[in-house]
Amino acid sequence: MTTQALLQVLASGLLMGLIYALIAVGLSLIFGLMDVVNFAHGEFLMLAMYATFGLVLATTLDPILLMPLVVAVMFAVGVSAYAGVVRYAMRATTNQGMVQIFATFGLAILIQGLAQYFFTPDFKSIQHSWLGGRTLDVGGVFLPWPQIYGGLISLATFGGLFLLITRTDFGKALEATREDQGAVALVGIDRNRVFALGWGLGAALVGLAGAVLAVFYYIHPNVGSTFGLIAYVTVALGGFGSIFGALVAGVVVGLVEALTTVILPPALKSVGIYTLYLGVLFIRPSGLFGRL
Amino acid sequence: MSDDAMTTPVATPATTPTPVSLSPIAGHLTARRRQLITALIVFAALALVPKLISDVYLMNVLILTLLFAALSQSWNILGGYCGQVSLGHALYFGIGAYVTSILFVKFGIVPWVGLAAGGVLASLLALALGYPCFRLKGHYFSIATIVIAEMGLLLVHNWDYAGAALGIQWPFGPDSWWTLQFARDKAPYFYFVLGLFAVVWLVTFAIVESRWGYWWRAVKDNPEAAESLGVTVFHSKMAAAGVSAFFTAIGGGFYAAFVSYIDPESVMQFRFSLLMALPAVLGGIGSLWGPAVGALILIPLAEFTRSYMGGSGSGLDLAVYGALIMVVSLTRPEGIMSIFDGFGRKRAAS
Repeated sequence: MTTQALLQVLASGLLMGLIYALIAVGLSLIFGLMDVVNFAHGEFLMLAMYATFGLVLATTLDPILLMPLVVAVMFAVGVSAYAGVVRYAMRATTNQGMVQIFATFGLAILIQGLAQYFFTPDFKSIQHSWLGGRTLDVGGVFLPWPQIYGGLISLATFGGLFLLITRTDFGKALEATREDQGAVALVGIDRNRVFALGWGLGAALVGLAGAVLAVFYYIHPNVGSTFGLIAYVTVALGGFGSIFGALVAGVVVGLVEALTTVILPPALKSVGIYTLYLGVLFIRPSGLFGRL
Repeated sequence: MSDDAMTTPVATPATTPTPVSLSPIAGHLTARRRQLITALIVFAALALVPKLISDVYLMNVLILTLLFAALSQSWNILGGYCGQVSLGHALYFGIGAYVTSILFVKFGIVPWVGLAAGGVLASLLALALGYPCFRLKGHYFSIATIVIAEMGLLLVHNWDYAGAALGIQWPFGPDSWWTLQFARDKAPYFYFVLGLFAVVWLVTFAIVESRWGYWWRAVKDNPEAAESLGVTVFHSKMAAAGVSAFFTAIGGGFYAAFVSYIDPESVMQFRFSLLMALPAVLGGIGSLWGPAVGALILIPLAEFTRSYMGGSGSGLDLAVYGALIMVVSLTRPEGIMSIFDGFGRKRAAS
């Protein structure tokens, strides 16, 4: 294998990894905030992809311009999911962990079923966008523009998230609630409101990822399952609740996946990620940057 | 023993035992005996079902219901009693299905041997995987089980000897208990799977009141406290995993014989892992009848919605199923069996 080919693989892996990180960070954020794993995370991504697709059809605008709208829609989806489902799951006094798993999983199946009913199981794709089909040539390494753009959005989002958490009142409330749910009530923070906003933010983040992905990936009702599993692996690898961990793990997952395709047939590309994930977990049971 | 009996020993002749004095344990024993008798009556009544129903579709639904009652009971041993929420039991189900199919189709070895071999292999694998996995806690454990099962699915998908994505087709043969093939009459399948359910139920029944059963519940409730009291948490989890995987694989082997055709997606999909956990969650985790009650509601519902709404993959059946899972887990976190607990307690109190 030539150096150039290897560079190509690494560059593609890096870009995809940044998008994986963006998909995963919302999941990690919600977990860190309230110790809940959202098993409908992949379905949120799928919804965002369909939202992008639908808005492109309806407005005939470029998907990039519609991105803020998709993010806003997904914020609303997140808040509704909290208010309609998760809030009740948190009230369970017995088997709480199990209730959360199955309540969010039921939600995932419901969303999947509705998507199949309303959008049919057919594969859809966005045919025209400013970025579609164009590649950047960096010394013989070809990078598709949609992925470059996705990677840049991901980096910018992580930067913004860092500022949000460290510089704003909402971010401080979020951090405080993460640290001690009981104490925040004493200083007048409404826990329920923070949770709802946290779910909104988590869904908005995966919504952004969906809007990015929709430009260059096929859209269908089961698309969430594939990316959902990658998101769980990424979050567990980075450590549940760690935002920085999600970024690092996302990039690692992207690179390992790309390198695996060099060694194994494409159908087995996930074997590399899974092996790495299990390997790390058995050495560090709470992930790379997890607090447990 | 009451204080009165203690202070007036002379008044009580030695020959007459005082039934009251033993009441906690005796009451417990009769409750256990009553449970066992109820179970035997239920199994006997179920055995009559094939005599009453001849409709093939309905028999199929009932066979699947009993199969998932048995599978969910197996899952319940690890997930419900021992508190280790595995979402990767499709792996053991798939091992049972594949071992049974490969031995029968490629080597002509009767499914009975295949079932046993699959069970043992799944058990051994569960122990090997338990070694690293049981160090993981909570969500880390659950997600690791998903990933391991997905890896199994991927490997089987690319395993040419086992038919890769195409899977394995069983040859058609004459109806026989020996090869577990019955083309004309579904009743034998029903009896087999009823037997499997009865065995898993009885094993659970026997274990939960044994030393292991108490250890499992201690591990579930508070592993640190259990450890400090001398329960070897790790060994408890391993034992539960081994038993659980064994019966799950037998269920998988039976399923392969029942449908006569398996492929990776139809036996090892993530969906199967959930289908095994759901009835227990719905019916009541860590209870003897929870998985059966849950299966009795979920499996017919899934089958009927599929046949009435799921035509050409419309997805409505999925939506209904998902909504139901959500509603039940939210409104009754202890499971449906908890309703009966309430009655029992009230009756005992009055």
